[in-house]
Order: sequence, then structure tokens, then C-alpha cells
Amino acid sequence: MLNEIAIGVGILAGLGLLFAAVIAIAYRRFRVEEDPRIDQVEEMLPHANCGACGLPGCRAFAEKVVAHDIQPSKCTVSSAEAVQRIAAFLGVDAGSEEKRVARLLCAGGRREAHNLADYKGAMSTCRGEAAVAGGSKACSWGCLGLGDCEVACDFGAIFMNDDGLPQVIADKCTACGDCVAACPKGLFELMPVSRKLIVQCKSLLEGAEAESRCSVACTACGRCVADAAPGLIEIRDNLAVIDYRLNHLAGAEATFRCPTRAIVWVEWEQFAKPAAPTLPLGRVERYGEEYYQ
Amino acid sequence: MQSTTLTGPLLTFRHGIHPEEYKELSSHRPIERMPFVEEYILPLSQHIGAPARPVVREGQRVRRGELIAEPAGFVSVGLHAPVDGTVTAIGLFGHPNGQMSPAIRIKADRFSSQRLTLAPPIPPEQISAADFIAAVQRAGLVGLGGAAFPAHVKFSIPEGRHIRCLMVNGCECEPFLTCDHRLMLEYADELMDGVGILQHFIRAEKIYIGIEANKPDAIAVLREKAGGGALPIEVVPLQVKYPQGAEKMMITAILGEEVPGGKLPLDVGVLVSNVGTTVALSQYFRQGLPLIERVLTVTGPAVRRPANVLVPLGAPMRAVTDFCGGISDEAARILLGGPMMGVVQKSLDVPVVKGISGILALTDAEVRDFSTYNCIRCGRCLEACPLFLNPARLGLLARKGLWEEMEAYNVLDCFECGSCSFVCPSGIPLVQSFRVGKAMIREQKARERQG
Repeated sequence: MLNEIAIGVGILAGLGLLFAAVIAIAYRRFRVEEDPRIDQVEEMLPHANCGACGLPGCRAFAEKVVAHDIQPSKCTVSSAEAVQRIAAFLGVDAGSEEKRVARLLCAGGRREAHNLADYKGAMSTCRGEAAVAGGSKACSWGCLGLGDCEVACDFGAIFMNDDGLPQVIADKCTACGDCVAACPKGLFELMPVSRKLIVQCKSLLEGAEAESRCSVACTACGRCVADAAPGLIEIRDNLAVIDYRLNHLAGAEATFRCPTRAIVWVEWEQFAKPAAPTLPLGRVERYGEEYYQ
Repeated sequence: MQSTTLTGPLLTFRHGIHPEEYKELSSHRPIERMPFVEEYILPLSQHIGAPARPVVREGQRVRRGELIAEPAGFVSVGLHAPVDGTVTAIGLFGHPNGQMSPAIRIKADRFSSQRLTLAPPIPPEQISAADFIAAVQRAGLVGLGGAAFPAHVKFSIPEGRHIRCLMVNGCECEPFLTCDHRLMLEYADELMDGVGILQHFIRAEKIYIGIEANKPDAIAVLREKAGGGALPIEVVPLQVKYPQGAEKMMITAILGEEVPGGKLPLDVGVLVSNVGTTVALSQYFRQGLPLIERVLTVTGPAVRRPANVLVPLGAPMRAVTDFCGGISDEAARILLGGPMMGVVQKSLDVPVVKGISGILALTDAEVRDFSTYNCIRCGRCLEACPLFLNPARLGLLARKGLWEEMEAYNVLDCFECGSCSFVCPSGIPLVQSFRVGKAMIREQKARERQG
């Protein structure tokens, strides 16, 4: 009896030792040297795995940071302090990455844009509506307002406002690009916050046609072109297009005479309550004509 | 000579559905020519492939049948002026697909006789196969069954491939539509001539004309025309079932063979041509008439005078419906195409394009309400899907946004016939979600290609 137990225990112990030896050898032979700092840096990252840095997840980012292939500030999700912490820990330059925010290039909400039909489909998503004759809006470029982007945003940075448009909370936006991919109309664009002059319209229709569909459409009247620094704005395909290479010349004066408010000066967030436009001193507008006093 | 009785078992495919037909609204009405209207809008993209490239300027006078846009590549076709008139604009105009798309606007010349003055091309018997393909492309011919796939691409048989079987598709399985039915009755000679032209280049061993058995008059007429001719034509009555007119379903019905997923009929040695396309082919080669007009069925309980109308391409839908007495106030929904695969419209201010086979105005009685319930796993959609896909599963995956998995379940084979949505007792928008899934998969692939 005891003998049998001893044999059993002996066999198992022997097997255990054998496997332990195999594992020990394998561990020595196949060991991957890994920088312990990768784990520590990964700990300091936000664990969002959002891909905003262009890499597949936070681990990949940590590896690149430790290898000095990328600067810590490329993680736009981390707060400035977290970036500094990582930079200090690794003794590298944090780098300077300008904050980018998703901007919606459409301002035609419920109050502004006309609908030609009612979309009542059971599939209550923008993608679904877009699959049915391009959606119910008269403007075929405009926001459908069913909030695919709100669902896609992992950071809770988008909410649908009372006008039926997605509003981006700039502080929360990490510029991960999920909303850009979610929007069937391709209305989101990731922009550095220094780009404050924005044309919130994508309609390529000519003036009267565009305005008959949406009261905030760009009518390509050219006033912004005339008022802005030379070369900053041009009219291309019935739409004002800003050359952001000349962004340093941009100023709010380009927006003052826009008859439809398609071009706006965004201090921080879009669709914020606009401050009353302040005209430059000595300039009075009357019946669309200008007088300099 | 075959017997003309339609009793006994008829050929068909497995699965499919039996929607109510509603064809009696317009099937007895002969094709009428619609008078010319003032203005025509011709989108440059009326076909699958690259949009045509305009060759006219604003202000230029054009003759009816003159080329106004040339093909931009192989998978692209030309576009011709449907009227004598003046080009007034080249810009963005509404398209039946719901988008604004580049188009040429022509103002018709009010005092023109609109007589076609172009010389007919060389008879097809005297030209080479390559010239034939080029001529078909120049004629602007596309599949008139609905897909609007350039006909010359379909007719180009690669070196070393043999077409053993030519099929003419006269099924017209969509409820309500009767334009192909009327074409077969009234344009039987042109149809037979078109078959002859195709056969001259394809040299198939066998020619089938597939017609659903609910059109016995068309079957009789075509049997009479085909009998005694030199061509090996057989008119095959097919069981009345939707989607019998989908080309893969028709091949399965007549030959008992399946076209594998992702493959074309060409891969099994078959060429399928729609009735309308075949007639247009003959009209181009014999009369020099490029594709500048087509027959539309304007029908539905909300149309005051349902009719089959020969409409110049580019005519506004509103003018066509007005010609048919207008649309009554009960109209709840307007579709371009049939009720199963047609595109819902938000406005009648869009032009007639090559791929539109009908205008359909439905009332509340025919439109199902939109309430949706959970899937009860009844499996009716599996019984309905002609491609033997699993719509229930695909619908579930679409709801969860698992696009890659939908691809693994072969959603890309789905040709959106709508049978699954039709039978679903829970009113789940299956086809719509498949369209979304297909768009997402395509976008994802495009992003991957870009890197």
C-alpha cells in the first residue's frame, strides 16, 4: 500500500522535475530581453488603445517611446502632466504636439437645413439612412444627425446638441479619428486647435441652390476672400477653401460679412454661443454696402 | 415546334418568394411615347464604372443622338443628347441615387422636328468583334435590367473563353413592372434581331429566352418568331417566383447549374442579356439610335393613369408622372425601379437615367410599417434567400457592427434582392443593414489599400 503511494508520488515528482528542467532550459534559451521600462511606460499611458497615435495600442506606443522612435507627446490622449512624467522618466524631450480636435464641417442642423422627406426606417443610424437614397436632407453633403459619431466616440467627447448636430467637447477629444471613419458623409476633420477659421460647409452647389437647401450653406459669394489676407481663402467648386499653410494670417475679420455664417471663427469649440460680431472701428454696414467714416 | 402550354412543372431555382404581382395595372397598356419636354438633365454617371467625360461646352448646340460625353476608360460608356437643343449647363444636379452628381443640362429646341439625322453605323455582319465592342461602348449601352453595367464589358469575351449558352432575360420578376413584357410583345422583331447580332459574335451553341409563366402572350409571340429561324433559340417558361430575373437565378433555373460566389456567368460559359438591352442593341446597329431613350413602367395605386412610357433619358421624373396623370395625394412613397429593389426617392426632381425601369407610387396600404421586433429565429429568411446565405445571422452581426465577420458569412455575395426583409415577421431591416455592412467593408478595404 505505502509502496504504491510512494511509486505514484515518485513518478509525479520525477515528471515535475523533468518538466521544470525543460522549462528552465527553454527559459534560458528562448528568453526575450525586454526593457523593463516598457512596462512602466505602458502603466503611465491611458490604456485607451484608441490608435490616435497611429500605432496598434498603448503597448506598441510604449515600445516605440522607449526606443526613442516617437515622442511621448504623440499620445494625444494623455494629459500634459502625464506626457511630462513619461518624458522625465525616460529623460527625453516630451516633444510638442499641438492638440487636435475633430471639427464638423457642417452647421446645418434641424433649424437650418431643409428635409425633403422623413426617414422613418427601423435602422436608426446615419449609415442606415445614408443607404436609403443618401438620406432625407435636401443637401446631399449635410449631417444626417442620427449620431453614429456619438456612438463611435470612446471618450464621450461627442454629444448631439438640441439642433441635431454632434458637438465635440474639445477638452475630451483626443483626435483618435473614430468619428471620421464613422461618418458616412465624411464630415469630420481632425484639425489643430490653432486653425480657428473654419468653413462649416461642404456643399458644392452654387449660391442660391445651396442656400435654398440650408440657411447656413456657403454660397461662394466671395466676401470672406475679399476680407481675409490675400491668398488665405479661395473659392473652389462653389465653396470657400482656406489655405491653412497661411493660417498665421487668419483672423476673424473674414467671418464678419458672411451672409450665411458658413465661415466661423472657432476659439475653442464649435457651435458655442457666438459672441456678437465686433466690427472694426469706424466701419458700418448698411444694406450690404460699406461706408468708411 | 414546342408546345405552348404552360402546365406541368416549370423550371426554377430553389428558395425565393411569391410577392403579389400587381402587373395587371399596366401590363395591357401599349408603350406610349412621351412628348418632348423643355429641359433634360443627363448625369455623367448613369452606369457602373467611371463617369463619362463631357465633350460639349456650355452654349453648344447639339443634335438628337449626338455624343455629348465620351467613355472615360474601358468600364465606362458614352452619353448622347436625347433631343435637339442647347447645352445650358454642366454642373451638379440631383441623381436618383440621392446624391448631387455632375450632369449636362440640355434645353430642348422648341421648333425642332427631333428627327434622328445621324447615319446608321456599319451593319454588324461586316465588322470585327473588336469593332463591335467599341461600337456598343460608343452607343452608351448598359444593362437595362437595373444594374446598368456597361454592355460592352459584358460582351467582351476574354481570349480562350467560350460562351456555350446565350440567355435573354425576359423574366421581369419584380412586382408592378411591365416594361420588359411590353417590349417583348411590341418589339419582338427588334429583340430577335438583337439576339441575332449577339449570336453573330458570341456563337453560342444554344440560346434561351427565359420568361416567367405569367406572360403567356409574350411566350407565344417569341415562340412564333423563334420557330423556323436559323438560330437555336428555345423560349423557356419559368416559374413565377422572385428573384427569378436575377441572372444567377435564371442560370440556375434553366441549366441547373450554380454560378459560384464571387464569379460571373462568364465563368460558367453563359452570357445573360436583358430584353431591353437586346432591343437597344438592334436599334443601334440597324437604325443608328444610340441609347437615348428607354421604356419605363409608371405604375402603382397612387398613379392616376398607370402606363408604359418610352421616355427620352434625362427627362425629369415629374414630367413623366405628369404625363401619366400625376400622382394622387394618397401617395406614401415613391420608388424608382420595382418595389423589391427600387430606390426610394425624396423628390421627383431627378432625371430618368439608363438603369431605371419604372416609377412606382405606393399608398399606405402597400407600405409596411416600420416597427421592428427581435429576431425570433423562425428561419424564414434562410428559406427565402436565393443565394443560401444566412440573413438572420448577418442581420445580428450587422447590429453589432461586426463587419469583418459579415464578410466571412459572404455578405458580399448578396445582391440585395430583398427576399429576406420581405418574409421577416419581425420587420427587421435586413437588406438595409447588409448595404451598410457592404459599404463598411468596402471602406475598410479602401483604407487598407491606402495604407
